[in-house]
Amino acid sequence: MSKHEQFSEKLGKSLIFIFASISLLILLSIVFFIFRDGFLAFKENGFFHFIFGHDWNVQDNTFSVLPLIVGSLVVTIGALLFSVPIGFSCAVFLAEIAPEKVRNIVKPAIDILVGIPSVVFGLLGMILLVPYIRDHYGGPGLSILAAIIVLILMILPTIIAQAEDSIRSVPSSFKNASLAMGATHLQTIWNVILPCAKSGLVSSVMLASGRAIGEAMAIYMVIGNTFTFPKSLIDPSRTLTSNIVGQIEEAAVGGTHLHALFGCGLILLFIVFILNSYSFFIKRRGCRSC
Amino acid sequence: MKKNENCDHIKLSVHHLDFFYGKKQVLRKISMDIHKHSITALMGPSGCGKSTFLRVMNRMNDLIPEARAIGTVLLDNEDIYGNNTDVVKLRQRVGMVFQQPNPLPKSIFDNMAYGLRIKGIKDKQKIAELIEKSLKKTSLWGEVKDELHKSALSLSGGQQQRLCIARAIVMEPEMILMDEPCSALDPISTTKIEELMKELVDDYTIVIVTHNMQQAQRVSDWTGFFYMGDLLEFDKTKEIFHHPKEKKTQEYIEGRWG
Repeated sequence: MSKHEQFSEKLGKSLIFIFASISLLILLSIVFFIFRDGFLAFKENGFFHFIFGHDWNVQDNTFSVLPLIVGSLVVTIGALLFSVPIGFSCAVFLAEIAPEKVRNIVKPAIDILVGIPSVVFGLLGMILLVPYIRDHYGGPGLSILAAIIVLILMILPTIIAQAEDSIRSVPSSFKNASLAMGATHLQTIWNVILPCAKSGLVSSVMLASGRAIGEAMAIYMVIGNTFTFPKSLIDPSRTLTSNIVGQIEEAAVGGTHLHALFGCGLILLFIVFILNSYSFFIKRRGCRSC
Repeated sequence: MKKNENCDHIKLSVHHLDFFYGKKQVLRKISMDIHKHSITALMGPSGCGKSTFLRVMNRMNDLIPEARAIGTVLLDNEDIYGNNTDVVKLRQRVGMVFQQPNPLPKSIFDNMAYGLRIKGIKDKQKIAELIEKSLKKTSLWGEVKDELHKSALSLSGGQQQRLCIARAIVMEPEMILMDEPCSALDPISTTKIEELMKELVDDYTIVIVTHNMQQAQRVSDWTGFFYMGDLLEFDKTKEIFHHPKEKKTQEYIEGRWG
């Protein structure tokens, strides 16, 4: 290697190192700030009261978040309950059953849908869903149900796209082995292809739940944002995320109110961390068996 | 349809088979009789259509969109491309071993049991017996009997391929198709599989695609030589290698090209 080459090699590597460090530093500082202010919320309200209480009183400066956690979980699980079976079926159809021509049109369309900003889904929900629910099922229309439907629409493309990719990445040799032994196509899908794609399927669900639990704007627009435990699907409610969106303008810098919002952020971070670790764990285990 | 006089000896009979991928013709007017309890080797340079021809026999080509076969392929005098052919049954009668060993990412036992369960056999005792019998036949039993529940992917390449053969014969097929079964294996594993084929031919009819001329000479009774989608020559293996009638065949087996 010539002197010049040595120099440019070193320069290139140090530049990459610097940029990598900067992005890492930014990420770490975000986590640091959320932790610092989030912890204050736990300290000021008491750990158990903050998580398990159900008052959000700006005048008295007491905050707790159980209804928000319940709201977030109900909305997310409700959305997954519908979008996972629909999404997986659609992915199997696209990857295994649909003719190539259909797939060539539908798959790119779904990839585009993945990228639609969530606020657009929120807008659709506000304009179409909320009045429909109000007129046909009663209540204010702004409701858990509206939020669930908006989330279903939002995460379906994510699940389909990811699940389809993981189904298609199952080596065709497995499929051939199964078919050559006299299995039908459906038996092959059920007994070979889906088990082999398991890790990808699980991570598609994890990714979708991450998006669902972290979605703020679209939910804020249709859920009504009342701080109550929902008693039925047509009741309005509030989630961790929509709480932050709805309250942030009123919270004074350095105040208990703002800390409580950061506390919500910290809980979200924790939930997403658990989802991702699970997905990571499944992926690692998936590699070994497949 | 031409009636074959000595059809008692014929397991599978192909008449005037044309095969297309879309508009591209890959096999032209192939006629060949596969004899019962014999090993037939299909030889020829890459892209000559021999693998396609092998996959005609269990209709694995059906998976490729726009693949089309025209002609008759009679298995025990029944046209397998006929309207009322049950492809699933066909593939249970005509087993297949692939070029790359392809055990499923399951345990050794589950690999063996897979086809049996698909076939609808639920009796666990019977499944275990059939598996043991097949593994003994492929002389894999001694090597794996204590670790049947280990992943099949933990076996060596040669063992995996013998497992694939065992997995094919546990279904009690009538024919076994092998698509270059040794090309991914070392010489010792290759020898084992060749010996296995010679033992299996007493019970099954075997068709093997091979690039290896020595292998064709060592194991096969009949050899077909394919070239650019035509079956140039088909005869007893001894004839093909000692008195080839076509100049192309002679040049190929002498290693002048291909």
